[in-house]
Amino acid sequence: MSASFPSDSVGLVTPQTATFESPLALACGKTLESFELVYETYGTLNAERSNAVLICHALSGHHHAAGFHAADELKPGWWDAYIGPGKVIDTDRFFVVSLNNLGGCHGSTGPGSVDPQTGRQWGPTFPVMTVADWVHSQARLADRLGIERFAAVVGGSLGGMQAMQWTIAYPERVANVAVIAATPRLSAQNIAFNEVARQAIRSDPDFHDGWYADHGAIPKLGLKLARMIGHITYLSEHSMGSRFGRDLRSDQLNFGYDVEFQVESYLRHQGDTFSTRFDANTYLLMTKALDYFDPAGQHDGDLAAALAPADCPFLVISFTTDWRFAPARSQELVNALLRAGKAVSYVNVDSPHGHDAFLLPNDQYESVFGSFMRRIDAQLNGGAS
Amino acid sequence: MRADLELIYGWVPNDARILDLGCGDGTLLAALARHKNVTGYGLEIDPEGISACLTKGVNVLEQNLDDGLGNFVDDACDLVIMTQALQVLRRPDAMLDEMLRVAPECIIAFPNFAYWKHRLHLTFRGRMPVSRSLPHAWYDTPNIHLSTFRDFASLCRDKGVTIVDEAVGSAEHEGHWTSRLWPNLFGETAIFRVRRGR
Repeated sequence: MSASFPSDSVGLVTPQTATFESPLALACGKTLESFELVYETYGTLNAERSNAVLICHALSGHHHAAGFHAADELKPGWWDAYIGPGKVIDTDRFFVVSLNNLGGCHGSTGPGSVDPQTGRQWGPTFPVMTVADWVHSQARLADRLGIERFAAVVGGSLGGMQAMQWTIAYPERVANVAVIAATPRLSAQNIAFNEVARQAIRSDPDFHDGWYADHGAIPKLGLKLARMIGHITYLSEHSMGSRFGRDLRSDQLNFGYDVEFQVESYLRHQGDTFSTRFDANTYLLMTKALDYFDPAGQHDGDLAAALAPADCPFLVISFTTDWRFAPARSQELVNALLRAGKAVSYVNVDSPHGHDAFLLPNDQYESVFGSFMRRIDAQLNGGAS
Repeated sequence: MRADLELIYGWVPNDARILDLGCGDGTLLAALARHKNVTGYGLEIDPEGISACLTKGVNVLEQNLDDGLGNFVDDACDLVIMTQALQVLRRPDAMLDEMLRVAPECIIAFPNFAYWKHRLHLTFRGRMPVSRSLPHAWYDTPNIHLSTFRDFASLCRDKGVTIVDEAVGSAEHEGHWTSRLWPNLFGETAIFRVRRGR
């Protein structure tokens, strides 16, 4: 069976569930009395328990970052290009932990779970999560796995915000951090796009104020629109142009409102697929977590002050054509780290693929990120200090 | 280590916080960090150099020197080093100001255009010098502001910058570094250590 997987794949993986019975206090003031986190691990934890790497996922991500759940699964995990034997996050060297965040819809406690107090699905009453809440829950998972300190915490986009938050909340538990295609806070434009997505979902007649499950309904149209909007911001003008241009699905204009251009077909397809595999309440909650993230906010806007606790080398990577979280946003983070006197490296990787570039193969990205990870591995194995 | 870097290495005090402009593969910063407890950042735009720095654990920032050092506050560090980059900058004089804003002291190494071989090249062949330290043809060279040992000393005088130390040498023969005789003529590479103010 395993022979059917590529040699640089982690192969068949099985998600696990960790149950936490002690309460988790949340930023919103509410408390989760108990919760479950679904996670996957790849590679082997060494005897010193020092080679663990935490992967933080983005808006629509989950625990399945690498490998395959079944021999006949068509697509591997969402970051398989970067996690596996001999890859940038080398599972022959590192013990990789990837989880589904709280509030998610892939197995961890979220809006689709049952609220023990009411015996009914949480639905829209599930607490709005923050990046800080996620990081606290991830630290609980680390405790459970016997990981006192991560060799690296890495994440792209919303995952990069979690990585950043780790260095602020648990500086002693992070040996290195990679913040990729992220931002220290959303711009008004970013929040605006999120709000349009939320309105699309909330105005769908099948949304039922978030109680759609009680009605046996799914707000598919809203989710589809939300994803279409989101997807536009993930791609660059160039990547859309080179992939679809103005190509038509048939040879002629139809003077109607059915799908005519290939890009319309693509977006509708993306939206349709997403609307059947993602939960609407989770989407709302994840976009809120994005909007709320602003570590400088508690320090009169001084990001350097917010990052004062951080105590590990940072690698910050942006992509030239990313306009969702533009290179200038990463540079804000880098400059704050410089002001705070922290160890930081920064690269603006040349890519035509916009925000999505952080998920895609790219020689320069692999070289930079790979060099950083190899250095960490060398240090673990007593290499040069 | 390259001979000019070797000499600069000797000039850097222990525990210094430094900035290395055009740090290449991070050789100097890595050696200083290991043996002199120096901390700091390298600025580089060459992708291979950047990856080499990361492999060595050198903090490296992809940043074009022509964009200035605006992301560093006044006196952000103790010392700024710039080797073999002065001559490719759009405004070397403005960079000198920037360097001495970010640190009280800086070390600058650049090819000395008045080196005797360059003079011979121009005098007898009537063509732009091409040499070990200036390997490019006139039309594809990145070196847009070539200067001489004396030119730089004069710039420092005009700006009211104190020259603390100076040296010349060839890129390969370390023995030449101590030679102070006719530096403008015999120095293939010029190295200055300068300090803010008089």
